[in-house]
Amino acid sequence: MAGLEDLYREIILDHYRSPRNRGELPIPPAHRVEGFNPLCGDEIVVYLDVEDGVVSDLKISGQGCSISQSSASMMSAAAKGRTVAEVRTLVRSFKSMMSIHESQLGTDGDGEEGEDDDGSDDLLDPSSLGELAALAGVVKFPVRIKCATLSWNTLSQGLDEVESAES
Amino acid sequence: MSAEPKIVLDTDVKRRSTGSTGERSPRRAGVVPAAGHADLDPRALRADFPLLSSDRPGGRVVYLDSAASAQHPRSVLDAMDRYYETTHANVHRGVYAIAEEATRLYESARVAVGRFVGAPRPATEIVFTKNVTEAINLVAYSWARHELGAGDVVVLTEIEHHANLVPWLMLAQDRGVELRYLRLGADYQLDVSDIDRLVDGAKLVALTCASNVLGTVVDLAPVVAAAKRAGALVLADGAQLVPHRPVDVAALGVDFFGFTGHKMLGPTGIGVLWAREEILEVMPPFLGGGEMIRDVRLDGFTPNELPWKFEAGTPPIAEAVGLGAAVDYLSAVGLERVHAHESALTAYALDRLASEHGDDVTVFGPAADPVRRSGVISFAVRDVHPHDVAQVLDTRGICVRAGHHCAKPLMRCLGVPATTRASLYLYNDEEDVDELVDALRDVRRLFG
Repeated sequence: MAGLEDLYREIILDHYRSPRNRGELPIPPAHRVEGFNPLCGDEIVVYLDVEDGVVSDLKISGQGCSISQSSASMMSAAAKGRTVAEVRTLVRSFKSMMSIHESQLGTDGDGEEGEDDDGSDDLLDPSSLGELAALAGVVKFPVRIKCATLSWNTLSQGLDEVESAES
Repeated sequence: MSAEPKIVLDTDVKRRSTGSTGERSPRRAGVVPAAGHADLDPRALRADFPLLSSDRPGGRVVYLDSAASAQHPRSVLDAMDRYYETTHANVHRGVYAIAEEATRLYESARVAVGRFVGAPRPATEIVFTKNVTEAINLVAYSWARHELGAGDVVVLTEIEHHANLVPWLMLAQDRGVELRYLRLGADYQLDVSDIDRLVDGAKLVALTCASNVLGTVVDLAPVVAAAKRAGALVLADGAQLVPHRPVDVAALGVDFFGFTGHKMLGPTGIGVLWAREEILEVMPPFLGGGEMIRDVRLDGFTPNELPWKFEAGTPPIAEAVGLGAAVDYLSAVGLERVHAHESALTAYALDRLASEHGDDVTVFGPAADPVRRSGVISFAVRDVHPHDVAQVLDTRGICVRAGHHCAKPLMRCLGVPATTRASLYLYNDEEDVDELVDALRDVRRLFG
């Protein structure tokens, strides 16, 4: 049986206690997108500034459990300053890390995780995800996977909305 | 195997008298434990529940989630097994012996369940549904869509489970019905100070008997009285009350009453709607199909008699048999004793949470009170999300619920996204509470 130490790694608790990039950005120019986890009532709001194809700034607000909050915090640190294309790769890589293990556990994937994975041969190896790799232990707690992926799905939706607004 | 619960007479009063918990406050008429009844012994009862046994594969669990779904005594499981092994056939159809017997078992379960809640005419007034959600939807679709139109008023409360909110929100969308809400007042009780104005012109008041979040046991009397004065019917959601206290639907004065099997030691997949016969008679059918008709022609149909008019298709037969066995079990233990036990244990739990955790644990619910409070205890641990609380408790085999408990409007009212909820039942004891209180220390240590 997976122990608590698999889930609550010190780096995760650190991001939970001291979340990075917490706050809001003025809209416009920033784009605001909300995500909900109906299971536990968690709410994430992502504020996204995209300039010349680069995620120039990113802020997180909302409330949630340690996993959703620390995942959002790590995501903000990892995504800020990267190009939209890089961020999309990062999102796919993270969600892949969260879903491969899910299927290995034999649990019933809900079809949402990994939906962006199709044909993506550019996924980053979990070992190159830096701090984010600490969240790999979450997959041993299937009910918490949605907590970890909430902010990533929200960011992904935000990027879609920014791009469709520009096109 | 005997279906009788192992009731052990616990005459050692000293063993139970831990601080204030042994104290018994005066109780309202109708919920007073009969004098001379010995306290129930939860440890002895646990021997009747396979899942709660200490030699369960995977280890003993401290089960504190009965408000979500209760565990089953062996007698319920055996009754259902026995039914499937010896008597299964479709009901109300065959002329052969086992079909007759299946019908008899199904219909006698109906009567037993009806008597359990004081239904004056159980054979016709008890409608089996899938759960309490379906019972309420039955009223919303059949009675309300027949009786209510634009501008009609339905009064609800802000502490309702989604099961008693969404059907009415859907009705409001469909028919332009106006919804009004009783608000939460002092000490987590409903504020009924303005009840007459609120129900003025209303056709229906639909409210819970006991909150699945707060543990508040609603005093229905002033609401029912005001509804009567206004000429409104009353629907009461008894899902969180029927498992825990003696209930008499006739004495409550309500018109519709719903509850569910799996919270009262019965199986999932069966719930109950009780309504007064004269109301059920004029209600149109709900779901259409076999069983609910007397005659079908190519140009129309004639509905069946009560209660089958509301039971389309093959009903949950084994589940009804199991629910009947659950009712037998609860009756043998005695709901007065269940209530007394839960009240004392709730007082103990609230007391221990306060003394061990002080301001670090906030309870969302009334102070201990045998009349106005149930054994549902929702709480927050300072700076720790309920999901994380429940996760840590799980590693010690403690089962609690974390989330919004299907009561999002109430969560907004409390100003929290979610709570952690421990709920007590007849098989829980002080040791279970102690495990919870101790484990919360781990929670605070990890996230502190």
